[in-house]
Amino acid sequence: MKSMVPNTLAVFIALFLASVNAGPATSQEVAPAPKAQAAKPEKQLIEIKIGYLRAYEPQLALSVLDIAPRDEGVAGANVALNDNNTTGSFLGQKFVLDVTEVKPDADVVAVFNEMVAKGDRYLLADISAQQLLSIADIARDHGVLIFNVGSTDDILREEECRVNVFHTAPTRTMLADGLAQYLIWKQWPKWALIYGSHEKDKLFAEALRRAATRFGGQIVAEKEFKDTGTARRTDSGVVQIQRQMPVFTQDLPDHDVLLVADESEVFGTYVPFRTWIPRPVAGTAGLIPSGWHPASEQWGGSQIQNRFAKYAGRRMLSKDMAAWTAARILGDAATRTQGADPAKIEAFIRADDFSIAAFKGQKLTFRKWNWQLRQPIFLGDGRSVVTTSPQEGFLHQVSELDTLGVDQPETKCHFK
Amino acid sequence: MGRRLALLAATLAAGCAASPAWAYMVYVSNEKDNTMSVVDSTTMEVVKTVNVGQRPRGITISHDGKFVYLCASDDDTIEVIDTATLEIVDTLPSGPDPELFVLSPDGKKLYVANEDDNLVTVIDVATKKVLAEVPVGVEPEGMGISPDGKVMVNTSETTNMAHFIDTESHEIVNNVLVDSRPRFAEFKPDGSEVWVSAEIGGTVSIIDNASREVTHKITFEIPGLRAESIQPVGIRITADGKKAYVALGPANRVAVVNAETYEVEKYVLVGQRVWQLAFTPDQKTIISTNGISNDITFIDVATDEPTQSVTVGALPWGVVVSPN
Repeated sequence: MKSMVPNTLAVFIALFLASVNAGPATSQEVAPAPKAQAAKPEKQLIEIKIGYLRAYEPQLALSVLDIAPRDEGVAGANVALNDNNTTGSFLGQKFVLDVTEVKPDADVVAVFNEMVAKGDRYLLADISAQQLLSIADIARDHGVLIFNVGSTDDILREEECRVNVFHTAPTRTMLADGLAQYLIWKQWPKWALIYGSHEKDKLFAEALRRAATRFGGQIVAEKEFKDTGTARRTDSGVVQIQRQMPVFTQDLPDHDVLLVADESEVFGTYVPFRTWIPRPVAGTAGLIPSGWHPASEQWGGSQIQNRFAKYAGRRMLSKDMAAWTAARILGDAATRTQGADPAKIEAFIRADDFSIAAFKGQKLTFRKWNWQLRQPIFLGDGRSVVTTSPQEGFLHQVSELDTLGVDQPETKCHFK
Repeated sequence: MGRRLALLAATLAAGCAASPAWAYMVYVSNEKDNTMSVVDSTTMEVVKTVNVGQRPRGITISHDGKFVYLCASDDDTIEVIDTATLEIVDTLPSGPDPELFVLSPDGKKLYVANEDDNLVTVIDVATKKVLAEVPVGVEPEGMGISPDGKVMVNTSETTNMAHFIDTESHEIVNNVLVDSRPRFAEFKPDGSEVWVSAEIGGTVSIIDNASREVTHKITFEIPGLRAESIQPVGIRITADGKKAYVALGPANRVAVVNAETYEVEKYVLVGQRVWQLAFTPDQKTIISTNGISNDITFIDVATDEPTQSVTVGALPWGVVVSPN
């Protein structure tokens, strides 16, 4: 798949360049021309460089099935680049991805400056909020557009929003709202919440509390599960968990659903089927909200899934989809503006009528007040898609997708 | 054909005021349950359900009405069904994941969109040989052919182009940008225009076949429905070139468009997720497939009123009507 592109590219380009915008008169002259003659390149390829900055370190998960693939996100960007280059072959555009990897706590300013020096005008960022904020203003001064494909931190779209940072990853509040709408639709409004002791666990717990308030859920009790630093996997650990988890959930008052907020992978996976009373689990375990689901085949989804699986040798995950979408946004902007002029590309993306198709059943648009991409939220159990939110009946005067996450009237984003 | 026409003439001459007992067979591919429903257009009843390959979608019929061709997408093949026996009698080498196709006006060649491989495959129906594979944009889908058979149009859903392919040389001669996720391409019967629907863009682009430029874009507005739920897919244009029908997907309606002024004149409520359309040969009726409702709707072309819905298999996708 990968190697097919360069091999056929020369032929593609020559053939199609000769024909793009040609009228039928010309086309009749072009069509019968022998291939050898047509294969002479007539126009220089325009190169569009996209940088990809990624904080990565191998990380364990409670289940070995949940360990993030080595190329999570990057593979999605690469598939989008292949797509962009197929289209680009008709228009004389070539997209190049420039991937830089750093440690999760690294200082990214220096590496970012190097990427800018290499000519990256667009940056897909899969780094922490803190890392992103350390380069956002430098990027602005260099005219670089950043696409956040990894961080779900609401703060990047709210208090710390930046006019040059677009977000294709959903926020925690969007994810929590998507889940809450479904639980309300199911008429399971009484929730108990257990959350981890790390910062990101607490942020997701907060998003769930906010969702309860918004959609009429009731959190009847909360409990923190402290990370005592135990090994994630031990040979006999399962025996202990089977005894520990019922006890931990024993004192919760009755509820319809047990919500879990454990982004840190300390206990969440161990909750389903081990609770004191038999209740469904949702949140970071059980029924999980996400920006994409590896089993989604609706809305043409099987096509991107097949394309992705063929390229990456694995299923497509949410981060892959966020990166694919960001790279496709740039590809589509280059196609429609028929060039590589960064000012035109940016104007196209910021235009009122901009939208992108991403296998989610409807066009996706940006919230112009903070440049967050509106998108449906998938709810799945790890094997299959259970539903997608917004749910039927959650109405909105602008877009039903704005029932998910922080809406314009409540936003704390004010671009300077 | 001749004999039947004579019969019809006789019936009409006899002054039969009731709707003529003129049974066309309507063939519907049911994407979900791997069947093809055969519906009698007069009694509006399912006369047979045929088990076919996996994920049947695109469906068409030979000009003599003897064979139905059906894309069994997940079996990577095209099945040939004898309309007399309703048995699968043959398969054609479609290339991977065939979704939609179009038969050349002379009935000799099938042009197939291979979604997964960014290819259009050209098949010789008689010899079952692949004549050519034409590289196109990402996710090829819609397939239209000019009435003279000289040019075919393929739409690519992620590249968002209509690719005009010379059917002699099998090379692309023009690429025309259209709106997001172009699904279907339909030539006007006089060959002057190609209509291309864009599912996510929510529009139908009119491409002038002489200049190969978009000359007009049709948009749709339905009170009480959000723009996002209006997703144009299948298109059919009447033989006189005056009226067009556009299936609007989850908007659950078929738009009736004045094909001369491009004004939308009416929205016909049919069923959930309207996908494809087909006329009966007399063009008195147009039939829509309504995927989520598991039915098809007969619309009267004179009044543009829905006359009857018929339950078929699970997720009806494509529809074709016998020519005789």
